[in-house]
Amino acid sequence: MSNLVEVNNLNIRFTGERTVHAVNNLSLTLGEGEVLGLLGESGSGKSVTLRALMRLLPKKRTQISGTVRVLGRDVLALDDDALSAFRGQTVSMIFQEPALALDPVYTIGRQIAETVMRHEGKSQHDATARALEMLEVVRIPSAKRRLDAYPHEMSGGMRQRAMIALALACKPKILLADEPTTALDATVQIQILLLLRELQREFGMSVIFVTHDIGVAIEICDRVAVMYAGQIIEQGSLREIVRTPLHPYAKGLLASTVHGAKRGARLETIPGTPPSLDQAPSACSFAPRCAFAQPRCTAALPPDVQVGPNRSARCILVDPATAGA
Amino acid sequence: MSAITELALQAAPAGPARGYWATVGRRVVRDKVSIACAVILLAIFLSALLAPWLGLADPYHGSMIRRLKPIGTTNYPLGTDELGRDMLARLIYGGRLSLLIGILPVILAFMIGTSLGLIAGYVGGKVNTAIMRTIDVFYAFPSVLLAIAISGALGAGITNSIVSLTVVFMPQITRVAESVTTGVRNMDFVEAARASGADAFTIMRVHMLGNVLGPIFVYATGLISVSMILAAGLSFLGLGTKPPEPEWGLMLNTLRTAIYVNPWVAALPGAMIFAVSICFNLLSDGMRSAMDIRN
Repeated sequence: MSNLVEVNNLNIRFTGERTVHAVNNLSLTLGEGEVLGLLGESGSGKSVTLRALMRLLPKKRTQISGTVRVLGRDVLALDDDALSAFRGQTVSMIFQEPALALDPVYTIGRQIAETVMRHEGKSQHDATARALEMLEVVRIPSAKRRLDAYPHEMSGGMRQRAMIALALACKPKILLADEPTTALDATVQIQILLLLRELQREFGMSVIFVTHDIGVAIEICDRVAVMYAGQIIEQGSLREIVRTPLHPYAKGLLASTVHGAKRGARLETIPGTPPSLDQAPSACSFAPRCAFAQPRCTAALPPDVQVGPNRSARCILVDPATAGA
Repeated sequence: MSAITELALQAAPAGPARGYWATVGRRVVRDKVSIACAVILLAIFLSALLAPWLGLADPYHGSMIRRLKPIGTTNYPLGTDELGRDMLARLIYGGRLSLLIGILPVILAFMIGTSLGLIAGYVGGKVNTAIMRTIDVFYAFPSVLLAIAISGALGAGITNSIVSLTVVFMPQITRVAESVTTGVRNMDFVEAARASGADAFTIMRVHMLGNVLGPIFVYATGLISVSMILAAGLSFLGLGTKPPEPEWGLMLNTLRTAIYVNPWVAALPGAMIFAVSICFNLLSDGMRSAMDIRN
């Protein structure tokens, strides 16, 4: 399995009135046809990482170091024209709030056609035909009529389908999904997840799926990377992460779900709050909240321990020999 | 696909898809005040446009023995002015110039101001500072004073009044355009457009313009009444049209002396200016509420 996306030692700082170390020393890979879940709470740097892959972060206030390679090309070095072609055609993105991510003054059909015309140089007629085809692909009922619908005339689930149609209109190799189901209610959520999974197989795409909901991640991901304070603290296959989490944070996260909880019993939580990211981490970021913390946790940055193929955790307690069973 | 999904899809309502502008249009039509104003404006516009074919008297032809006839005189339904010219003909012909110098500056200012505001709002930073602070300089002067000063400097004439009024309105429209653009710029769909590969120019042309045009348009319609009054004021002061050209502001000025002799006739040009201004204002209000669909 060759890697479509390779991120190495990515660091992202937001400068301004105060500096925020949003992403620290992050490395990840995405294979062909693979769905990678980025799991973590708000502020852990998931969305920032996703935006860095498309270089969507504001240039003036962001410092990025490290390498981001997509299909072997260095994304951070692309010029404006190459970037325009790259976005939408190679990589495209779907957003959390479809009501806000679609332009309210244009019809759905026009918005999809516009993208197709720009990227593939098709005529208006052909582009509209593609738009109709895409609406059918995402299973919007009476697609022909929906072409002329404005976003405010559609329901939330329908809008998210339209958003997906828009993102897939130019057949991208990689789809970035930024919590695409968070704004939807539970029944619509599962429909969208099933649709995404199906389209991913049909189009042979690779997907990076950002979510804070472990239930959603279980539904769609092949592999999961758990993020905390701008770092990936554990990654591995979905099965490994869910069955045998190694990092105390990942364990806590899994224990905090409602699934399998006893009625009347208190849900397990992780005490404390995430650290502020004013400074680059020099020790384990999770140590202040960790029940297993030791003096050496705060002494130095814990190493990223390789536990197996594609399986690693950033914790001193993880022993490469014993873990992974 | 699961059965649940299929079921949900079949149950999904497929309401009639109607365009945004079609909906706005329908809502304006339903508003009686807006419609009345639109009808009055249309009548004034058409009569001004078709004046030579309406079988009116010659607006330039005066008669010393028929000066200042009151309203209702035979052959002169609206009386005559201080040189014995038919008021009805002069009011209708006067609409041609008055409407031109009232509306054209707003249209020009709309085009220039929208472009400037769009660039300032979208690009931001130093460009924004440069454009908006320059605009602020214009704000330092009261608009009437500014219009008189520019007209005075350029010299009297129709073209010069249009230029001066354009300069007066451009800063106001730029400011509105800039603030609306700044609001739209941070919306998710702009980032979504960027994520789908749109360059800055496309985003400005398609997404920004599409979203800011409505509010600016409403604001500009409201400015037309101010422009009408300012244009009339310039003519009144002798900085716009020259006699014997029929123009409402100028007519007000020349009839000023007759206000004690025949006040009703002297007030007619003012009534026309008033009617057009208030109609534009009410229509602008009606459109503003009609365009508020999304909320």
